[in-house]
Amino acid sequence: MMGRRGLMYPYHLWMLLFTVVPLGLILYFALTDKTGAFTLANIRQAAQPVYLGVLWHSVWLALLATGVCLLLGYPMAYILVSSPIKYRNMLVVLTVIPMWMNFLLRTYAWLTLLERNGLINGVLRWLGLPALQILYTDYAVILGMVYNFLPFMILPIYSVLMKMDKSLLEAAEDLGADSFTAFRRVTLPLSLPGVYAGVLMVFMPAVTTFVISRLLGGGQYMLIGNLIEQQFLSIGNWNFGSAVSVLMLIIILLTMLVPGKYREEEGGMLI
Amino acid sequence: MSDPNNISLAAKAANIIDIVDLTKKFDDHIVLDGINLSIKKNEFITLLGPSGCGKTTLLRILAGFEQITDGRILFEGNDIKNVPPYKRQVNTVFQKHALFPHMTVYENIAFGPRAHKRPENEIKERVQEMLRMVNLEGFDNRPVSSLSGGQQQRIAIVRALINEPKVLLLDEPLSALDLKLRKGMQTELKRIQKQLGLTFIYVTHDQGEALNMSDRIVVMNGGRIQQTGTPVDIYNEPKNPFVADFIGDSNILPGRMIRDNCCFFAGREFNCVDKGIGCDVAVDVVIRPEDIKLTAPEKGMLVGTVGTVTFKGVHYEMTVRSEDGFEWTAQSTQMSAVGSRVGMCIGPDEIHVMPRENV
Repeated sequence: MMGRRGLMYPYHLWMLLFTVVPLGLILYFALTDKTGAFTLANIRQAAQPVYLGVLWHSVWLALLATGVCLLLGYPMAYILVSSPIKYRNMLVVLTVIPMWMNFLLRTYAWLTLLERNGLINGVLRWLGLPALQILYTDYAVILGMVYNFLPFMILPIYSVLMKMDKSLLEAAEDLGADSFTAFRRVTLPLSLPGVYAGVLMVFMPAVTTFVISRLLGGGQYMLIGNLIEQQFLSIGNWNFGSAVSVLMLIIILLTMLVPGKYREEEGGMLI
Repeated sequence: MSDPNNISLAAKAANIIDIVDLTKKFDDHIVLDGINLSIKKNEFITLLGPSGCGKTTLLRILAGFEQITDGRILFEGNDIKNVPPYKRQVNTVFQKHALFPHMTVYENIAFGPRAHKRPENEIKERVQEMLRMVNLEGFDNRPVSSLSGGQQQRIAIVRALINEPKVLLLDEPLSALDLKLRKGMQTELKRIQKQLGLTFIYVTHDQGEALNMSDRIVVMNGGRIQQTGTPVDIYNEPKNPFVADFIGDSNILPGRMIRDNCCFFAGREFNCVDKGIGCDVAVDVVIRPEDIKLTAPEKGMLVGTVGTVTFKGVHYEMTVRSEDGFEWTAQSTQMSAVGSRVGMCIGPDEIHVMPRENV
C-alpha cells in the first residue's frame, strides 16, 4: 500500500511546481500593488470596457476559429477513419506533419503568402483578379488560428471515431437506418466527447494566442494575449497583466464547465 | 432451356433463402467456395465450424454487410445481391450484442421501428410486448451499460425481432455468456423461434449448442460445406473424419472395408452394418467414446492399457492404448486404474465406416 502511494509523490511534486505555484503567483500579483499591499485596483482596471472589449474580441475570434476548425476537422477525421488501413497511417502523419515545424515559422510562412506582393496575390493578379487585402485583418488571424490548431480538432475526433465499435453502425443499418440516419443517431452522438475535447483544445490556445495576432494581425492588433504580453514584457506592469490573466482564466474555466456531461469520457481520452 | 441454376417454383415456395454456387474472396483469399444451400421457412438452421471456416462471412453476406464474389442469393426467389442491409427483411443479433451505449433499453429496442418511421404509440406498445417476451418489463429507462450480460443479450435479440424480420441471423450470440446462462438462453431462443414461427440462421463453433437447438446443421470447414443434416444424422453418420471429429469426441482410425458388413481396423476384423462401399477399399472408421464397452481383458475384442483417467461428472473418460498402438478415448461409469489392462468391445452398430474422399 505504502509503495503504491509513494508512486504518487512525483505527481504531487509536479502539480505543485508547475500548477499550484505559478497560479499562486499570478493570483498574488493580481491582488497586490507595486509595494506588495493587497488591492482590487488591478481587477477593477481589467474590468474596464476597453479591456472587456479586447477580451470579447478575443473570445469571438477564437469561437469563429473553433467553429471553422470543427467544420473542417470533423469531416477530415471521418475521412481518416474510413480510409483503408494501408493509407490511414500515412494520412494521419500528413495531418500531424505541420506540427513538427516551428510554430513561429509556420505563421511567418503565411505572412509571405498573404503579403501584398505575396504568392496568393501574385496568382490572383496573374488571373486578372483584384488583389486581396487579407493580411492585418481578422480574417488573417482566424486563418492563422485554423491553420495552426486544426490538428488539435482532428485528432481527438479521429481517436473517438476509431475506438467506436463498427458493429454499432452495422446494427443501425441492419435495423433499417440508411447511412445518413445511422450517422446522425449513432456516430454523431458517440463522437461528441471527441468533438468537445477538440473544441477545448482549439479554443484554449486560440483565445490566448499573441503570436498569431501579432504576426498576421499587425503591430496595432490587440487580443487578450497581446495585452497580457505587453503588460509583462513592454510596460512591466506585472500586477495588471496578472489581473487580466485571472480574468482570462475565469473565462476558460467557464467554457470547460458548459458541457460537463462529457467531461469524464473526454478526460480519459485526452491522455 | 434448362438452366441448372434455376430454382423451380415449388422449391421457391418452400425455401426462404436459396444460396447458389456462392463464392467469396477477400483479395485473393477464398473464404467461401461454391456454397449451395437452401433454407426452409421456419427452420432453425445452424452454421457450425471452427473459426475461419467462413460461417460468419456467410451470415454477413446474408445480412448484406459483405458483397459476394460469385454466385447468387435468392430471398423468397428474388436475387438480393444489390439490396442494401437496411432494406433486407432480415435482422441480425451480433456477437457482442452491439447495443447502442448512448441509448436506454427502450431507445435501443425502438431504434428499428423508429428508423422505419412507425408511429410512436405503436412503437411504445411493441417495445412493451418485446420486453414481456424476454421477461424484462420495467427495464425501459435503464442505460444498457447497467445490464448484465444475459440481459444485454435478451435486449439484443428483441431489438432485432421488433422489426418482424422473416429471417433472424444470429452470430455466436451466446459466446460471451457463462455456461449456465448459455444453456438457459438456448432454451429461450428455441422457444422464441417456435413461438414466432421464424427462420433462424445461427452461427456457432460450439457443437453442443448446435446439437441442442438446430433443426438442421450445416458443418463447414475451409470455406466449404462438409455435411448438412439433422443433429442425429450428423452425429451418427458423419460423412468424413472432419465432421466426425468436430461433432463430439471420436476415435477415428484408418481401416479397410474387406467386404459388405466386414471391416478391418486396429489389427483385426469387425462385423459392421455398412454395405456397398466396395471390397478391399481404404476407409476411415469412427467410433464414439461412449460406444466402447470396457470389459475384463480376456473378454474384450481388443485389449489395451489405461493411460489417463478424467472424471467428467456423469462418467469417467479414459484413454486406452491398444496393442496396435492406437490411443482410444473411451467412456465408462466405472473407473479403471491407470496402467491396468482392459478389454474393449464394439458392437456392429457402433462402427461408422466412411469411404475415403478422393485423396
